[in-house]
Amino acid sequence: VDATWKELTNVLSGIFCASLNFIDSTNTVQPSASFKPLGIANGTDHRFLRYATLPREIVCTENLTPWKKLLPCGSKAGLAVLLKSEKLFHSSFHSQAVHIRPVCQDQQCKTMSLELRQTLNVVFDLHTSGQGKREWSLFKMFSRTLTEACPLAASSKIYIDITDNPQEEQFELSPATPLLSQAVVLGDRRTFSVYDLTQQVTFGTVRSLNVLIRWKSTEGDMLRPLLHAERYVAGYGLQTGEIHTLMYNNHPFRSFPVLLLDSVPWYLRLYIHTLTVTSKGKDNKPSYIHYEPSKDRVRPHLLEMLVQLPPHSVTEITVQFERALLKWTEYTPDPNHGFYVGSSVISALVPSTVAMNTNITEEQPLFSTFFPCKEESSYFVRVYTEPLLVNLPTPDFSMPYNVICLTCTVVAVGYGSLYNLLTRSFQIEEPNPGLAKRIANIIRKMRGVPPL
Amino acid sequence: MGLLSDPNRRRALISLLTRLNAPICVLCYFAGVCWFMGLAFEPFTLRTYMSENAMGSTMVEERFPSGERALATGREFAAHKKKVGGMPVDWLVKTMQARGLEVFTQSFSRTLPFPDENKERYIVKGTNVYGILRAPRAPRTEALVLSAPCSPGDNNNQAVGLLLGLAHYFRSQIFWAKDIIFLVNEHDLIGMQAWLESYHHTNTTGMDWSPLQGRGGSIQAALSLELSSDVITSFDIVLEGLNGQLPNLDLANLFYAFCQKIGVLCTIQGKLQRNDWDSVSGYSHAVQTMMLMVMKQASGRPWGDHGLFLRYHIEAATVKGINSFRQYKTDVTTVGRLLEGIFRKLNNLLERLHQSYFFYLMPSLSHFVSIGYYMPAFGLLAVILLLRALDLWVQFANPPAVTVDGVADIERQSSPGVLSVLTPLVISHLTGAALYFLPTRFQETAVEHFPVSETEAVVLTAIAVYTAGLALPHNTHRLLSGEGTEQGWRVLKLVAVLYLAVLLGCTALINFSLGFILALTLVPVAAFVTPHVPKTLSAVILVVLSPACTLLFSVFFFQELQEMPVSFQDGWLLYLSVISQGMLDHYLYGSLVYPLIALMVYPCWLLFWNILFWK
Repeated sequence: VDATWKELTNVLSGIFCASLNFIDSTNTVQPSASFKPLGIANGTDHRFLRYATLPREIVCTENLTPWKKLLPCGSKAGLAVLLKSEKLFHSSFHSQAVHIRPVCQDQQCKTMSLELRQTLNVVFDLHTSGQGKREWSLFKMFSRTLTEACPLAASSKIYIDITDNPQEEQFELSPATPLLSQAVVLGDRRTFSVYDLTQQVTFGTVRSLNVLIRWKSTEGDMLRPLLHAERYVAGYGLQTGEIHTLMYNNHPFRSFPVLLLDSVPWYLRLYIHTLTVTSKGKDNKPSYIHYEPSKDRVRPHLLEMLVQLPPHSVTEITVQFERALLKWTEYTPDPNHGFYVGSSVISALVPSTVAMNTNITEEQPLFSTFFPCKEESSYFVRVYTEPLLVNLPTPDFSMPYNVICLTCTVVAVGYGSLYNLLTRSFQIEEPNPGLAKRIANIIRKMRGVPPL
Repeated sequence: MGLLSDPNRRRALISLLTRLNAPICVLCYFAGVCWFMGLAFEPFTLRTYMSENAMGSTMVEERFPSGERALATGREFAAHKKKVGGMPVDWLVKTMQARGLEVFTQSFSRTLPFPDENKERYIVKGTNVYGILRAPRAPRTEALVLSAPCSPGDNNNQAVGLLLGLAHYFRSQIFWAKDIIFLVNEHDLIGMQAWLESYHHTNTTGMDWSPLQGRGGSIQAALSLELSSDVITSFDIVLEGLNGQLPNLDLANLFYAFCQKIGVLCTIQGKLQRNDWDSVSGYSHAVQTMMLMVMKQASGRPWGDHGLFLRYHIEAATVKGINSFRQYKTDVTTVGRLLEGIFRKLNNLLERLHQSYFFYLMPSLSHFVSIGYYMPAFGLLAVILLLRALDLWVQFANPPAVTVDGVADIERQSSPGVLSVLTPLVISHLTGAALYFLPTRFQETAVEHFPVSETEAVVLTAIAVYTAGLALPHNTHRLLSGEGTEQGWRVLKLVAVLYLAVLLGCTALINFSLGFILALTLVPVAAFVTPHVPKTLSAVILVVLSPACTLLFSVFFFQELQEMPVSFQDGWLLYLSVISQGMLDHYLYGSLVYPLIALMVYPCWLLFWNILFWK
């Protein structure tokens, strides 16, 4: 499995111009419970699972271009014409993903095919791009408008959430669309306006679609998700520290379990006996703990826990660590920047009235997996915390040669000879008297006179 | 080393050292003092230069436009502050939210060990308000801090206004790679301490604070802003932090570079730099600037809100706008551009500031003295202690020829017991511990029995314990081993001299200024004191050179340097308040100067007092 994993990461690294080839055994773990294979390969053997993060790497334009080339029409037609990198990277948040899973080719599920799903999330910032006006349009966001759908696409749609705006009292949407769609997203029933690009009527007389939203009211209240988490390093100095993970359950009356996966690099030596889980000031005993200790320079720590989050509470998980001293060749080119610790993954079944199912393999259409509608008591989310930046004790690399020379000289010459002087005792030894002197002494002895 | 392994030559060298011990010591002392004074002479110092590549050649344009609006915000803040009679928390939260920041508040409370009479506070309750500007597409791993204290009265309103103005302007820019935290802290240092402790989830001083709700990763650098007028004539940078820690020199360089670029007069220690280094007045100006830095650093207290950041390895400085009677005025827009430039350069940092010096003294803003240049001055003083110790050691090994008579010979055979050395050591350290613990413990008792306030009680108890230490029965060795022996005091002095050498050496490594000032006064004491010198005169000298008197002289000297000389009466009051401030610094912020003096330096000095009265 490890060889295949290595091969896979290298291939992906080549395809996406990303540094995924830096994934090796020191940042790969085998999660026991947090992840399971998607699609029809419905195995539960976690030995075949690998999970790795590279918190240092940032998604960039060079990753976007190969990603766009995987699309059927490239960036020539369809929705993908909007993906201009200078606009996409002029935003608050940007994330790109590729999901591959085996699915059934037909209803009988006799042959298997691979499904490739590409997702791109962008959050635009009103303050930096809106020039103070609360107004959105495709042209403003992407500096493009839509003129046609990709001819190869089976469906090509734009969805706009209008749940809070049934009578257009909050904002005004133009051009108006008659199509509506209802779906359940994260345990909440939402209504969407739909623009279907495959139909010519959408583009109207100007033969281009520029969706525009103009707010009427200036106030909008912030929504707090039911589950969110944050993480930070506590303490000061370069010897020890403490990782705090805070998980907020904002549900007013229901508690729910979450699975926490923490993969910490080996150069932070976790003191697992200091692990505490508290919520509402009381000790909260995890019902399942899986811990794999690290091996220096070989594999990271892996910590998985199943914790019950009480309603309307903050659960705090702390664990102390010691910062290891690296060998001088192991430091990265900018060691004083610090070392990254990947984000921890929180997988949870959050209670709600409606729910979604992430693992439908029977249905082929892609859209249903974005907004699958299935009434259940809870829905599944996976939350990633922020990565950590930890400073390790770093030698002064500014003039290594001088430092090494000076230190070696001081140790060798100074300490060596001082030690020599301190541990030896000196005595004066008379040199051997000459023959004449000896004879003279014998004569003197016989005469009874003190020798020379 | 070959010199030492030849016994004859070794003997010659040792006899030379013992014979010329006193002249060599005197020479070293004066050489040390002269070296130190020479540090301020410009040809001997280095010009400052930017070491960090990320801040050096990168192009930064400052475009901050809205100084007038910032001032208007400042006035609004002042009005709300007056209305609420403290920190206008709600208004600040609303204003920051309107500027598109994630806003959080933090409340804290602290009961001081005894009332602070300078700032008139005892039970402190307050709220910090801070807003985080999230860097676009960055994973919340790094942050920069801009803080402005919400001070009582009409102070610092402009600083808060400018902070909000900058927040508004920064928010509309796309280039931030690090989160920027805009913090308005109440009760200056106490609020800052609460915020920092909470941010790093440590509790070193026993303060109550509510946990922070939002964070921005590890803080890379911080700037604290103090501005009390609409226009300024010059900008002053304050570097000295807690326990004499200094931020990386590159931060000062950055400030200086931008002052030059934008054309703002900038000062350090409130002193402009002069070009006439070759004249006497120019040199004395540089000496004054450097001595001010030395005195401030030696005090070990944070001289601005930035001082507390340094404990967490965050490079920080306080920038003070000063409005004096000079002609040349700078408006707030220019000040905003200066800060914008500094923040953009800090934003470009790839690593923490680490390239330049952490240990330095600055005789002017464009020149500095690095650790390699100033350490020899201390080394020359410290070598005196080692020479004296060597002298004593050699006297043990081959005692002087005066001990020909039988009594002395026998005495030498029976080497002094461990007890005769240990007892004074223990007694003086107990006195030191009393000096450390008693003043705060017995303040209530003192207030009951004497007509003084708590603060006075604490300070006066400290002075009383200090003086009582002098009168303690130090010559207990007489009870233990009869008459004070010649060997006895030698052993004790050897121990004391080595103890002092180690103590001063360690202090100077951490806080050069404190180590040097202590060495300046304690080394002569350690060098000359024996039971054979004239008692009264030596006792007077010893008292004059004791740590407490050093502090008294430092107070007067500091006032003199600041060109605010005080009369003896005022100086004495100032001295008392300095003592209470020193203790408060220890209890509130964890400054180590007070425990160092009480638990180590004072007992060490008592040992020498003990030697003087050996017989």
